[in-house]
Amino acid sequence: MGKAARRLIVVIYLLALVVVPVALVFWNALKDGLGPVIEALTDPVVVHALQLTLIASLVSVVLNAVFGVGVSVLLVRYEFPGKRALNALIDLPLSVSPVVVGLSLVIVYNVRDGWFGAPLASLGIQVLFSLPGIILATTFISMPLVVREVVPVLQEQGTDQEQAARSLGAGGWTTFRRVTLPGIRWGVIYGVVLCFARSIGEFGAVKIVSGNLTGKTQTATLAVEQLYQNFNQAQAFTIAAVLAGAAIIIISVVAALRVRVERRGA
Amino acid sequence: MALKARAGWLAGVAVVVSMGLAACSSSADDATNSGGPGGGAELSIVAYSVAQAPNQAVQAAFAKTSDGEGVTWVESYGASGDQSRAVESGLKADYVHFSLGSDVTRLVDAGLVAEDWDQGANGGTVTRSVVVFAVRPGNPKNIQTWDDLVKDGVEIITPNPGSSGSARWNILAAWGAVTANGGSEDDAKAYTTELFNHIVSLPGSGREATSAFLAGTGDVLLSYENEAIAARQSGAELDYVVPDTTLQIDNPGTVTKDADPAAKAFLDFVLTPEAQAIYAGFGYRPVVDGVTLPEVEGANDPANPFPTPGTLLTIEDFGGWGEAKKKFFDEDTGIITQIQVETGKSS
Amino acid sequence: MTAALSDSKGAAPEGGRVLRTNPRSTLTRGAGLGLGVIVLWFSVLVLLPLAAVVAVAVNGGWEGFLTTLTNPQTAAAIELTVLTSLAVAVLNVAMGTLIAWVLVRERFRGSRLLEVIIDVPFALPTIVAGLVLLALYGPSSPIGVNVANTRTAVFLAFAFVTLPFVVRSVQPVLEQLDREAEQAAHSLGASAGVTFRRIVLPALIPAIAAGAALSFARGVSEYGSLVLLSGNLALRTEVTSVRMLTYVENGNLAAASVVATVLLFVALVVLVAIDLLQRWLVRRG
Repeated sequence: MGKAARRLIVVIYLLALVVVPVALVFWNALKDGLGPVIEALTDPVVVHALQLTLIASLVSVVLNAVFGVGVSVLLVRYEFPGKRALNALIDLPLSVSPVVVGLSLVIVYNVRDGWFGAPLASLGIQVLFSLPGIILATTFISMPLVVREVVPVLQEQGTDQEQAARSLGAGGWTTFRRVTLPGIRWGVIYGVVLCFARSIGEFGAVKIVSGNLTGKTQTATLAVEQLYQNFNQAQAFTIAAVLAGAAIIIISVVAALRVRVERRGA
Repeated sequence: MALKARAGWLAGVAVVVSMGLAACSSSADDATNSGGPGGGAELSIVAYSVAQAPNQAVQAAFAKTSDGEGVTWVESYGASGDQSRAVESGLKADYVHFSLGSDVTRLVDAGLVAEDWDQGANGGTVTRSVVVFAVRPGNPKNIQTWDDLVKDGVEIITPNPGSSGSARWNILAAWGAVTANGGSEDDAKAYTTELFNHIVSLPGSGREATSAFLAGTGDVLLSYENEAIAARQSGAELDYVVPDTTLQIDNPGTVTKDADPAAKAFLDFVLTPEAQAIYAGFGYRPVVDGVTLPEVEGANDPANPFPTPGTLLTIEDFGGWGEAKKKFFDEDTGIITQIQVETGKSS
Repeated sequence: MTAALSDSKGAAPEGGRVLRTNPRSTLTRGAGLGLGVIVLWFSVLVLLPLAAVVAVAVNGGWEGFLTTLTNPQTAAAIELTVLTSLAVAVLNVAMGTLIAWVLVRERFRGSRLLEVIIDVPFALPTIVAGLVLLALYGPSSPIGVNVANTRTAVFLAFAFVTLPFVVRSVQPVLEQLDREAEQAAHSLGASAGVTFRRIVLPALIPAIAAGAALSFARGVSEYGSLVLLSGNLALRTEVTSVRMLTYVENGNLAAASVVATVLLFVALVVLVAIDLLQRWLVRRG
């Protein structure tokens, strides 16, 4: 198979499967002009939904970044009993249906007979149908993403510099902060970006645990669904375009920066 | 050094973004709508998705009454079953409005709603509609009766009775159309089986079915009259036919046991002619007498929007939802469940 | 997949650096504490809720499991979901490897753009993906292709959401691959095809397998994009996620949990199999 043929097949496949469908999102948003777009973006309900998505996703991202880096370092640099089990389990959240995620969180946190939900409720803490539940769901489903990006980078990096630092007397934490972390920063950044993109797009699990309270626990994806179902297609596609656009832009920027840095050899 | 500069740039961006977030979040804390200026109670309404716009209009009218002055609302809308289960799992609700009675029964069993919720004059019903056929503009395949649905080449779309409680109205209507006109249970079974042979899609909810129909699936959509009218009001291109024999759809609404008293006032208001007239404007049939009907845009005849069908069945003809659920929709022995499996196997 | 965690660099056959002889534990106190915290966090956030689902399923006993799994609709849904995911995984193995190859070895103008495109299925909310696939490949398709409410639609949706997995698994390995062996083969007269088949491909297999496994697991769990696209026709286009919702709607949490447990089990088996496969292949060198 010739070079040109390979290239053609790849381009056509990606066009048909990804590019054209995504372009349609933007086209549908702008089809009726800027009016519905502006209407959507200034509606307080929509604004709140976007803010809620942003906040929940940022919290998830921070939690998963810390967890992700920690797990990666442990998996790559250390040996311990159960390491292989942990390694295999880490990918589990990516394989779980959002319906199951929502279901499992409801079983554990529901106020009436949930394992945690009942005792928490007596303390006045509500998990389901409020922000903590949403954060739990989005953190769950995007958990492996940072780990998957950082582990190969960490493996690639090797321990030479770390060993050098140790032999010069640096403690574990200092070594980590000043040698390991800077070395893996692009893996971390890219993992964080993917994690963020996945979180702002989560729908199924959040739908079940959030209660969809308009203006309180309705995330951007839930708002898309509600608008679409209320015959408000232009506004629905507007938010969809905002979500998709934001994620695409961030991924592109990071990818471009990463290439430039690697080319410079930094 | 380039590295430090970039780090500084990223840090700067982070600071700006977080400042922006802080500024935004303080200003738009609760973006809920419909309600007066502070002072009144904050009521939580949990309802099924189709009722959103109508309820908001009624809430606005309620705010103008003495009981409703200053009342603010926290609202949640979604599929009827999902909403009912959410309340069961702890979603706070003062007033609930669902698509069918069994979604309230679930809450009664959970101890959240009083057992006598449906003993009032209206039997617990707050909005009402009938099962209709939604067709393409001009009704090109001339679908008027239940028999027309199973003619050669007709493709039907209806919400999935398996996963959506409110989808069950449509299927029961089909069954009832046979038995109410002299057919035996076997005839009804044969007809319903044929119906399922013509079904090309079973979306998860009534709204999803409407969306799918408007996107081009099927020749006829089994739907609710108020849903068809609402779609037309939003500019959707469809016509609808009220079949001669059809089922009356009763949507229950009630307050929860721990509800704020203002919720009871709202329920009472909902059952007044004034509120029912507002619902009528959205395509619902009134549940009380003495309602002056407005011109209902989107209805087949806005001046006479709710023609009485020849034979109007109610859920009582099926023994109530408790009976119907067991007989028709039990997941192993239900008649409809079995038909769904049979027709699936034979394709 | 968190790549083969042997001590060698990635999965390259060159062996890489073997740094230690696998003692039982090399944890320092700080690392041990960190591990404890991490395991606790992971357990509370992920393992516990999933265990709760399994607990509810197991509560119904073996009869509960059997009754649910022998229900024709459920069995059909599981079969459809698993088989379609497998088929899509196979497609992704072929297309994913091809795309990775073109991106790494045959850079052309605009190939960087393709890199971003490949990550887009991550970025797009699944419900939006469904809307858009419906617009393009449904009844109102501008190009006249209508696969809505068919098994092809399920295949299409799965292909969309699983696109990135094999590509992004294979790409880093391909980038790191030492070209010496290939160049040697070429100088000895081997054609490009033979070189690829006998030198490059074996090196890529662990990564391909890992990506395929993730693709499969992701497909099996898909929900949002199918909401409008598949039609949920019993025994024909109904997937397991929808089937679970039906059980939940009927108040049968136990049966829903049974289906969920079966899927979890399938996902675990796949993940473990890949882990073993990678170990075996790396040990073989």
